Amino acid sequence: MLAPWCEYENAEEPVLRLGQQALSWWSGKTTLTRNGTLVVASRRDLPELRRFAQQTAGYVQIDEAKLLGLEPDLTGFTAGLFFEKEAHLDPRTALSDLVQLLLQAGARFHTGAAPDDFSVRVDCRGFSAKNQLQDLRGVKGEMLIVRAPEVQIGRPVRLLHPRIPVYVVPRGDGVYMIGATMIESEDKSGATVRSVLELLSSAYALNPGFGEAELLEIGVDLRPAFPDNLPRIRRRGRYIYANGLYRHGYLLAPALASGVADLILNNEQSELVDEDCP
Amino acid sequence: MKSFYGVSLANPLMLGTAQYPSPAVLAEAFKASGASVATVSLRREGRQGQGQSFWSLIKKLNIWVLPNTAGCHTVREAVTTAQMAREVFGTDWIKLELIGHTDSLQPDVFQLVEAAKLLCSEGFKVFPYTTEDLVVGERLLQAGCEVLMPWGAPIGSARGLSNEYGLRAMRAEFPDVPLVIDAGIGRPSHVSQAMELGYDAVLMNTAVARAGNPVAMARAMALAAKAGRLSYESGAMEPRDMAEASTPVIGKAFL
Repeated sequence: MLAPWCEYENAEEPVLRLGQQALSWWSGKTTLTRNGTLVVASRRDLPELRRFAQQTAGYVQIDEAKLLGLEPDLTGFTAGLFFEKEAHLDPRTALSDLVQLLLQAGARFHTGAAPDDFSVRVDCRGFSAKNQLQDLRGVKGEMLIVRAPEVQIGRPVRLLHPRIPVYVVPRGDGVYMIGATMIESEDKSGATVRSVLELLSSAYALNPGFGEAELLEIGVDLRPAFPDNLPRIRRRGRYIYANGLYRHGYLLAPALASGVADLILNNEQSELVDEDCP
Repeated sequence: MKSFYGVSLANPLMLGTAQYPSPAVLAEAFKASGASVATVSLRREGRQGQGQSFWSLIKKLNIWVLPNTAGCHTVREAVTTAQMAREVFGTDWIKLELIGHTDSLQPDVFQLVEAAKLLCSEGFKVFPYTTEDLVVGERLLQAGCEVLMPWGAPIGSARGLSNEYGLRAMRAEFPDVPLVIDAGIGRPSHVSQAMELGYDAVLMNTAVARAGNPVAMARAMALAAKAGRLSYESGAMEPRDMAEASTPVIGKAFL
C-alpha cells in the first residue's frame, strides 16, 4: 500500500511528506492502482473511526450510500473515510519490475558473498544488520494471502478495531492480502494460531465471503525499526547502512534510496542521515 | 501515600506500554508523565525473550516494571505467564489479569481469586485487575494480595469511572489497602476524579498511547493526578442542594 495519509495516524511527519513523494516515484516503474483507500469500522467501533479521522488528513467522510457506491461488497457499514489520493501496488511484481529496470540500466546482480573490490558497500539487509546497528529492533508481522472469488473489493480497505485493526489489499484475480499483526518481538518462528484467527475473523467481519476463501499463504517476518520507527542512513567508512523502514518499505524506500545516492554521488546528507563518518 | 508491597511510589501514575506510535514517543510520554510504573505484556511479545530489544527500551526508563498477564483466560495460562515474566524481568510483581468476557473484557473474578492464591503462595506480589465488588476484594486480600485494582470502566472504553458509588464504597471498605483504578480512563478529568475519591494510583494505557499527542496527554494526566490528590488531601467541600452565600447578608446595609 502507498498510504501516507492513513499511515500518518501513528507515524511521524516525514512518513506523510516522503510517502507522498513515493506515489509519483513508483508511477511508471510498476503497475500502480490509484483507487484510494477506504477506512471503515463496525457500528460499535465508530469512535475508532472518529479518532482515525482526527489523527489523519487527506480524506473525505462518506455515508453508507457513497461507501456502497465505491465498494458494493462492503455491506453493514454506515460510515467511512475515503482517502482518494492513495494507491497500492503488488510488492512482488514491483520488485521484479525494479530488477528489470536495473538490468536495462546496466546493473549487474551477484548472489552469495559480496566481492571485496567495491569502494562503497550499501548494507540494506533489514533486521539481519542488527549486529551492526545496535538500536535496530525487530517488530514481528504476520499476514495472509487468500483467494476469495466471492469477494469483490477493488481498493485497500482498513477495518478499524481497538485491538485488532486489519487491512485487506486486492491483488487481482480474487487474491487478497490480509494484514498485518504488529508484535514487539524478534521471534522468527511461524505465525501463531491466535494471529491467524484474528486476521481471518476480521476479514470475515468485513465480508463473509472470506469464509469460503482458499488460504494460499501465511507470511511472517520481522520489520526492522529504530526507536522512532523512521528509517536511517549511516555511513561508516566504506559501508553505508540504509535501514529501519519498519512498515513503510514501499512508502519510504524511494526517499531512503535517494538519500543513499545523494550521499555516494554528491556527498550530500539527506534528512535521513544520522551518522556520517566517511 | 500508601506503599505497594513496601515500595513507595513518587508518582501515582502507572502507564501501559502498548500501542504507542513508536518506542521513542513512549519514552517521551513516560518522561512527561513522571510515571512510577510501566506495565508490560508478556503474552504476545516475546514469550521466550524474543522481545528483548523492546524490553531493553522499557528498562532504560528506569522505573518499576509491572508485567501483566493480559490476554490470559485461564488460571493455568495466567500462572505460566507470571512465572515467565518473573524470569524475563526479574521481578515478583505481577498484574494479574484474567479475562472472562470477550466483548467487555471483564475480569473472571472466580478464576482471578484462584490464580491469586496460587501466585501469592509462590511468592508473587500480585496486583489483581478486578471489579469494584467488595466480596471479591475481600477474597483477593484473603488470598494474599496487598493491592487491589478495580476497573473504572471496561478496558479501552475511555468511559471514566462508570460506578463512582461502588468505587467510593470500595475505598471506604478497604481504607488501608492500596487501591489503583485500572482501565477505562479516557481523560485527565477521570484521573482527577479517581484521585479525589482517595485512590492511591491510576493505571492507564490507551488514553495516553492513542491520543493525538501522547506526550502532551501524558503530561495532562500527571497534572490531573496531582490536582486530584491535592484536592483529596485538602478536604474538598461537600455538595449542597441550596445556595449558601459566602458573604453574610444579615446586617448588610441597604443601598
